[in-house]
Amino acid sequence: MARNSYRDTILSFIGRFPQSRMDQDLRPLVSHCLRRTFFLLAFGSAILVSSALAQDWIKTGTGLGVEKVRLAVPDFKVSGSDPQAGNLLRTFNDTLWNDLDNSGVVELVSKSFYPLQVPGQTSEVNFLAWSAPPPSAAMLAFGNLAVASGKVTLQGWLYDVKNTANPQVLGKQYTDVATDDATRLIAHKFADEIIYRLGGGIPGIAESKIYFVSDRTGHKEIWVMDYDGSNQRQVTHLGSISLSPRVSPDGSRLAFSSLTKSGWEIMMYSLDLNRMVGFARFGGTNLSPAWSADGSKIAFSSSRGGSPQIYVSDSSGGNMQRMTSNKGPDVSPVWNRKTGAQIAYVSGQTGLPQIYTMEADGTNQQRMTDQGYAVSPAWAPNGQFLSLAWVRKYGPGEPGSSDIYLMDIASKQWVQLTHDGGRNDFPSWSPDNRHIVFQSSRTGKEEIWMMLADGTKTRQLTFTGRNTQPNWTFK
Amino acid sequence: MKQQRMKWFALVAALGAVMMLGACHKKAAPPPPPPPPPPPSPTASMSVSPDTIQPGQSATLSWQTTNATDVSIDGIGAVQANGTQQVSPAGSTTYHLTAKGSGGTQEATARITVTQAPPPPPPTPSPSDEDLFSQNVKDVYFDYDKSDVRGDQQAVLQADAQFLSQHSNVNIVIEGHCDSRGSTEYNLALGDQRASSVKNALTTMGISASRIKTISYGKEKPFCSEENEACWQQNRRGHFVYQK
Repeated sequence: MARNSYRDTILSFIGRFPQSRMDQDLRPLVSHCLRRTFFLLAFGSAILVSSALAQDWIKTGTGLGVEKVRLAVPDFKVSGSDPQAGNLLRTFNDTLWNDLDNSGVVELVSKSFYPLQVPGQTSEVNFLAWSAPPPSAAMLAFGNLAVASGKVTLQGWLYDVKNTANPQVLGKQYTDVATDDATRLIAHKFADEIIYRLGGGIPGIAESKIYFVSDRTGHKEIWVMDYDGSNQRQVTHLGSISLSPRVSPDGSRLAFSSLTKSGWEIMMYSLDLNRMVGFARFGGTNLSPAWSADGSKIAFSSSRGGSPQIYVSDSSGGNMQRMTSNKGPDVSPVWNRKTGAQIAYVSGQTGLPQIYTMEADGTNQQRMTDQGYAVSPAWAPNGQFLSLAWVRKYGPGEPGSSDIYLMDIASKQWVQLTHDGGRNDFPSWSPDNRHIVFQSSRTGKEEIWMMLADGTKTRQLTFTGRNTQPNWTFK
Repeated sequence: MKQQRMKWFALVAALGAVMMLGACHKKAAPPPPPPPPPPPSPTASMSVSPDTIQPGQSATLSWQTTNATDVSIDGIGAVQANGTQQVSPAGSTTYHLTAKGSGGTQEATARITVTQAPPPPPPTPSPSDEDLFSQNVKDVYFDYDKSDVRGDQQAVLQADAQFLSQHSNVNIVIEGHCDSRGSTEYNLALGDQRASSVKNALTTMGISASRIKTISYGKEKPFCSEENEACWQQNRRGHFVYQK
């Protein structure tokens, strides 16, 4: 049952499926049936042996049955003659295109296939020019932007170009102050509307944000940026070392850990009030806070009772309860975002750190990873997957890089998502369950990257200073 | 052949000339007889060492005279022809010596400066607790991903404990550090365990827990940043910090 649901989910959920080389000790992890299905679909059984022996990893084409909607997005047009409109239009067009491209739910038709006449109004649409080859588009997003007396107004439509009788899927108008930031937000909102309709009801992520740690001021402080890397700004100004930002499910508060005069303590920042708010001080080393699904509790690691163990308190630090009791160290708890019933965490109780799960009351502790060095679990919004950072082959003579993996919780089956070198760590899921943001040193310097949850469409988001520990908002 | 003979001739001639000149010198007129010596005039010198003192300190005044029958120093009186004397003036003084003899009178002076407002005496350079601490208390190193004190570090810990028991006024902070390979959060937890491990070992050896604080830096404050085992080992440590 678990295996079937894993396969079904992962095949429909992830378009292209990178599969690790299955050496002998890993075989039990992936069922024979599952493997055969992958490779029969992709290559035929004859290639199975040679590819499994010859390659570290391959990308199969098993997701090809899930066809993405071909969407054409010609540049929007300017209406009116305000000189500012040109710059804002460029911001809008770039942001919209990137959002749709990043979403992974549509296939954007290359602009070189577009007809010479592109529409800015509904009356200007030539259906056949878009639905016939070369564009062969199923959907068309178009519209216009105008600037007048300090306001920017955008009209946008989504058309089903094969349904000439009743083509309009979406028609929207937005007005805001004529600034770059406001225009970018309009593009994000419009992109989310399109993705919601073409992605089977998945809410878009274009308005989501990513919190992270940056040392660009000389101190590690908490920063925030739009999901696409734009609009980066500093949140904390503590002048110490602040780490592990975790935003609350409702987006109103930010928990993190910071080095204070009395040691590492959990800190709380109100994103509504834009200032620090109180959280209990425990003494010892207090690290890696995590929010429960309903935002009422915090799980974290504390050494107040000896070795670092997992504790749970309410969201102001009261009613502290110990969840684990082993020789530790235990750190990096994360709640099941969907059910709120389980906590995944890292424990070094057997030596190298491994991922464990337990019920939210501390019972039923289960080891999830079988070997290597496994840290930084992140629970997917659908509650079914963990992403983690894993050096699978750790040991003398095994240089091993830390890569991001995806694990199905029920079956403990896993796939490797990053293959591009460097130390990859701290994955965090997008609200739509389709993207993962993470830190990577693949360029020689730790920066924040994002990718689709199948490991494709990797994209660098930060370039200034060292940027680590990204945390995606819940919405 | 002819040339050689010429050389010999020239040599002999030159030799002869030199001898002739020498003979001429000897024939120079003898000096006139010396006049009868006048009575010798006295000489005198005087010095003081050191020439700068502070109030209450003393200096040595020494003097030499010749051909003098009557030697005196102002403020001291008649003295021997040669001698030394301890002096301890309250203020700066110029000593004046007069040496009289049949040949005349000779004077000499020596000045001693007495500085006022003496500087505080330099502190005796005995090492401070902090100096002794940094000389004697050694850090404890760990194996990868381990927080137990390994065998070869036990002697270090014992020496550290010995110092701390002999200097009971010294309090310490033990910093737990980790190498750069581990993950940020796990390393902070591991560094906490390393610091606690060192603290526990010291308390077992009789050092009061109240004198010891611990802090983990994980990989946030590395001692070096190269990616090799030598540097990683440097960063896997319990680091002792003297606390005032």
